[in-house]
Amino acid sequence: MPIAFTTTPGLVIYLTAGDPDLATTRDMAIAAIDAGADVIELGVPFSDPLADGPVIQRASERAVARGTRLSDVLDCSLDIRRLRPNAGIILFSYLNPVVRMGLTEFCQAAKANGADGVLLTDMIVEEGVEYLAAMRENGLAPVFLAAPTSPDDRLKAIAENSQGFVYAISRVGITGTQSELATDAKTLVDRLRRFTTLPIALGFGVSTADHVREVGKFADAAVIGSAIVALIEKTPAADAPKAVGNFIRALRPGGAAR
Amino acid sequence: MGTATQLTSPAPMPAASTPGRFGVYGGRYVPETLMAALLELDHAYAAAQADEAFHMELNGLLKDYVGRPTPLYFAKRMTEILGGAKIYLKREDLLHTGAHKINNALGQALLARRMGKQRIIAETGAGQHGVATATVCALFGLECVVYMGEEDMRRQELNVFRMRLLGAEVRGVSSGSATLKDAINEAMRDWVTNVRSTFYILGSALGSHPYPTMVRDFHRVISKESKRQIMEHEGRLPDAIIACVGGGSNAIGAFYEYIPDRNVQLIGVEAGGRGTALGEHAARFQGGLPGVLQGTYSYVLQNDAGQVASTHSVSAGLDYASVGPEHAMLHDSGRATYTSATDDEALEATKTLSRTEGIIPALETAHAVAEAIKLAPKMGKDKIIMVNVSGRGDKDIGIMTREMDLSGAAAVSA
Ligand SMILES: Cc1ncc(COP(=O)(O)O)c(C=O)c1O
Repeated sequence: MPIAFTTTPGLVIYLTAGDPDLATTRDMAIAAIDAGADVIELGVPFSDPLADGPVIQRASERAVARGTRLSDVLDCSLDIRRLRPNAGIILFSYLNPVVRMGLTEFCQAAKANGADGVLLTDMIVEEGVEYLAAMRENGLAPVFLAAPTSPDDRLKAIAENSQGFVYAISRVGITGTQSELATDAKTLVDRLRRFTTLPIALGFGVSTADHVREVGKFADAAVIGSAIVALIEKTPAADAPKAVGNFIRALRPGGAAR
Repeated sequence: MGTATQLTSPAPMPAASTPGRFGVYGGRYVPETLMAALLELDHAYAAAQADEAFHMELNGLLKDYVGRPTPLYFAKRMTEILGGAKIYLKREDLLHTGAHKINNALGQALLARRMGKQRIIAETGAGQHGVATATVCALFGLECVVYMGEEDMRRQELNVFRMRLLGAEVRGVSSGSATLKDAINEAMRDWVTNVRSTFYILGSALGSHPYPTMVRDFHRVISKESKRQIMEHEGRLPDAIIACVGGGSNAIGAFYEYIPDRNVQLIGVEAGGRGTALGEHAARFQGGLPGVLQGTYSYVLQNDAGQVASTHSVSAGLDYASVGPEHAMLHDSGRATYTSATDDEALEATKTLSRTEGIIPALETAHAVAEAIKLAPKMGKDKIIMVNVSGRGDKDIGIMTREMDLSGAAAVSA
């Protein structure tokens, strides 16, 4: 499915796959989609998540400790795709598990398992030639991160090499919840617009319904990560899909179109 | 490694000397937020390199504050006892703060000052890089935060105190195995968050470009000096140079000027720990596979799903899952060879060097000494081995006290 945001703002929901377990990840993704999520970012847990704050670090550590592998996350993607053919699915990973599988093998498997796109946290555009070729060959959308610190020439390269949407990082920092949206955020989105007509999703620190409403004023979609992962951490597995659904419905009152 | 990806630069395959790439290794694999800072650093470093005043200041401080040049010392008793090749010791342990680490910490601190950065962060394993960084921050009046794994804080307690005495803030890291890798993760998180105000003084020839090149350049002075010194002593180059390899900074500094000299064998020694199973050692070239960790493409100890493995070594400074990318290139090309020494061999070598030459080495260094002990007797008396003594052992007295049995031990004699 091409990635599409049906309401403003669209919702991108990040889940660390395998936390608390893969079956629950699948069920939470389904619940999120049914509650109005446009895109699921399926996070591949990694032993050294250096761009992540404590919440996603802990989730990754739990998932890695359970033995969650990239191949399991790919299986999970296929399950979600079969159950919800119209939702967007992005695989979100650090580079090393992908390198270990092999870039070509990974991209083929991602496509075969229903993913629409890929975001690699530690892959910058300059290093991406083989990656982009493999993505193109398999009809997958590469999503790159844009940061408030990125100068214009980098934003341009990021926008030109992304497909589906561009992921704008709301602040200078790692993932994690926060009480206020950074003032950097709008400036970055406005700067990005000069280089692209792709939708722009804003993430890092977007945690509440107020944030989502605020994001809707200047960006096309909001990415919710740590706030959901923190909710999952404190909810028993059996109740987690329902809790995730409720949380998402409350993020966009009246906006959940499906 | 089989089918795994070879990551190469987007440009046509660069030559080995291209900045940032060492063969297929190296590169820049970081969150986008850091890219502007890495590019700024790259430019500032290039400008400093071209500036005579920068070198004058650096060399002046290396001489008067750090204590360069370090001696190249002929270890006569050790040579006689081993009964083979002549052994020379390059005495980086005699530098201010007690290890080679200060060569790099000083260079980067001068660069930070040029760039107008007032806040310094660093990671440390054995604590020597942390101490060196805290020292140069005191010297220049810079704010200093050092990340250190809690396991390493426990085993290198003396260095924790030294850093604090020097005015640095030491932040313990409890994630993962609470060692060097985890300290680097946390330092990188700090850098991502405070990138506009902060300079990250990375302590080994690791990480994203320009760090591996810059750190190597600041340690190159080791082989520049030793080459001149061995010519004075022997009128010829050594047959082998041995250095321990954690991230690889002392080794690349000790090797670099000899890379074109094909007859000089370059031998890196990794931590063999207490066994050959994954998790029991830190010998990246024996159990590792190419991968990306902490910004660079190099050998990484990992499982078949690409999760980074835990490591073990009695020496905190070698206890790391990856290795500098230039060593990965030297390994693949065969220009350098990489062996390992176990915890026990390193402890034994510590005793030998202490008792034959009156030099107590750091446990990291002891791995290189252990290799010399194995190699020298197999070589003729006309051969020459140079060992890089990367640091002194004072910081390790606590571990040695626990791990060594000195009861009934007599002095080693020829
Ligand atoms: C004395 C000494 N030698 C060697 C090392 C290993 O680091 P590198 O491989 O970068 O020289 C350390 C690191 O802490 C050290 O303190």
